[in-house]
Amino acid sequence: MTTTTMTATTTMAPATRNTLALANIGVAIAAFGVSTAMGLLQSLSIADINFPKRSEELYYMSVTAHGVLMALVFTTFFIMGLGYVIAQEGLGAIRGRALGWIGYWLAVAGSLSAAVTILRGKATVLYTFYPPMQAHPLFYIGATVLVVGSWIWGGVIIASYRAWRRDHPRVPAPLTVHGMLATVILWYLATIGVAIEMLGMLIPWSLGFVDKIDPLVARTYFWWFGHPLVYFWLMPAYIIWYTVLPRIVGGRLFSDPLARMAFILFLILSTPVGFHHQFADPGITAGWKLAHTVLTYGVMFPSFMTAFTVIASLEIAGRLRGARGLFNWIGRLPWSDPLFAAVALAMIAFTFGGFGGAINAAYAMNSMVHNTAWIMGHFHVTLGTTVALTFMGATYWLLPRLLGRQLRFTWLARAQPYLWFAGMSIFSVSYHIAGLRGLPRRVYSASLSGDQGAPWHFLTVVAAQGGMLLFLSAVCFVSVVIATWTSGKKIDAPPFEFAVPLRPPVASIWDRFGLWTVVAIVLIAAAYAYPLAELLSHPRYGSPGFKPY
Amino acid sequence: MEIDLYERIWMWAATALIVVFLGAIILTTGAEAIEPPSHVETIDPATISTHPEFATPKVVQRPDGSIVVPVVTAMFAFSPSPIEVPSNVPVTFRITSVDVIHGFQIAGTNANAMSIPGYVSQFTITFPKIGEYQIVCNEYCGLLHHMMSGKLIVK
Repeated sequence: MTTTTMTATTTMAPATRNTLALANIGVAIAAFGVSTAMGLLQSLSIADINFPKRSEELYYMSVTAHGVLMALVFTTFFIMGLGYVIAQEGLGAIRGRALGWIGYWLAVAGSLSAAVTILRGKATVLYTFYPPMQAHPLFYIGATVLVVGSWIWGGVIIASYRAWRRDHPRVPAPLTVHGMLATVILWYLATIGVAIEMLGMLIPWSLGFVDKIDPLVARTYFWWFGHPLVYFWLMPAYIIWYTVLPRIVGGRLFSDPLARMAFILFLILSTPVGFHHQFADPGITAGWKLAHTVLTYGVMFPSFMTAFTVIASLEIAGRLRGARGLFNWIGRLPWSDPLFAAVALAMIAFTFGGFGGAINAAYAMNSMVHNTAWIMGHFHVTLGTTVALTFMGATYWLLPRLLGRQLRFTWLARAQPYLWFAGMSIFSVSYHIAGLRGLPRRVYSASLSGDQGAPWHFLTVVAAQGGMLLFLSAVCFVSVVIATWTSGKKIDAPPFEFAVPLRPPVASIWDRFGLWTVVAIVLIAAAYAYPLAELLSHPRYGSPGFKPY
Repeated sequence: MEIDLYERIWMWAATALIVVFLGAIILTTGAEAIEPPSHVETIDPATISTHPEFATPKVVQRPDGSIVVPVVTAMFAFSPSPIEVPSNVPVTFRITSVDVIHGFQIAGTNANAMSIPGYVSQFTITFPKIGEYQIVCNEYCGLLHHMMSGKLIVK
């Protein structure tokens, strides 16, 4: 497959530029840039470092904006853009480009509606928007329209795949496409949960059609969506790790079938695990929480496999570059290449983030860390580094190929991933420890009601230094992107090349997406049908809306 | 499917690690009943001001010596506060909310539960160490969320 891909793309003229991909990635990076500035202000505020206009309103509003822009807008748009790149390069064509643009504009309109509502201070409900805290209806409607836009994107990807499949029966799809299809299907299954919550509960309640809402039922639907959301971010990062990284360093993909298997395992295991976010909730029995725990640990397995395959692929590259001995190959890797550095550091972060996740999921141990600053530390290593740094690295790789322009400020692009990694290490380690000492997450001031900051005040000040490094790194990244986009030297767009596996791919059971979708649905039904029915059968009273912001 | 020998070993090792993790969790759950707070009980948040247990929540000692502490969370305070309990005695907290979702976390311990309107959260814990503990709200509940704190005195 790789050979056809290469010949198809080396001749790519500017006329066939993948504008759909570029438009999506542009929105993603804009959201990222705005959001990082807010992150900096929050880390200062928590540490009680004063700045002009610092206020509770600004803090909690910006926490909401930071969460929504990073977790929903930056990620979704970047993934949509990457999906269009993969459809174009892996399948030869995007089918339904016009629909793709409709999806894009819907998603833009939805994001703007949600973002403006937040910035106006009408939706300070955080990105988890737990009722009975109530936001302005335009926040819920905007977020829903963003998801609808992404559904259309998913449809375009699937239509492109089916068109390709008709011409290519019985051959495995390129690994990039395989991973992206798993991501799209996962996204459909995950967003069913939040769609039920939005359309069936939050929107009618915020518009006043119903008076009351059951907060626990809403939370349960949210986490049906909330956990696979994490894998919706992570799987595209893994696509980069498996297919781009080995190629960039001159290695081979160690094992193609196991990579395919890993994506399928994510597809089936990452949704029926949402209760591990609700361990501390009443109303859900311990047995069901334990069942979700078991599946949560199951979903660690494909990540372990990914670690092996990707690192083995890198070792091949190091040895092809003449490395000898056990570890010498590590030094032979191109640590000054922006994509490689970003992705390698993202992978190192995930080693820590993954084990942190195992602690969070550990049922009883979760009580030590639930909703503390530890969790902030955790997801800034995982989403904030593993995923975000991979996407930043991928941007350095994508832009010259999509724009036909040379990367500008290459030295900044080289330094930026290290700066991010250093900043995040300081930020995240501090908050992990502060959380263990009892600092709750998302507080305007770590001294809480006045004099209670002693056990963690110093740590929050250290974390703020990390926050400054992170912001500096983000400024570097955005500068490189803007400079490249507007004034990068025009070049012939380099081809999109993906890693070649050691052994050629063969058709296998992992290609049967219909089958795996059914398995995924069965697992979701098994994990959720009974506990949801139980939850809905209690005498329930519901809550009116509150707007304490 | 061809799988390299080293990869096979790695996959078995990863499986073993996951089994050990899960084994540790299931063992402590089964043998020592260590579970997250998972009590199932509903309550009408509108009636809490007249509720026999929660209208004026007070620490209660049961005939067997164990302690029950009903707690009401509201923007932006815990009631009762301070809470006084003896050390080395099982203390059962029963927590509910009159308005939005709050958190109930005793800093420096593993007492940590969500307080969700319409539901009663319940867990039992023994405090071996005498002293004063901070109770903090760990779920965003409005602009003064960070100010919401209480005190636990273990005697």
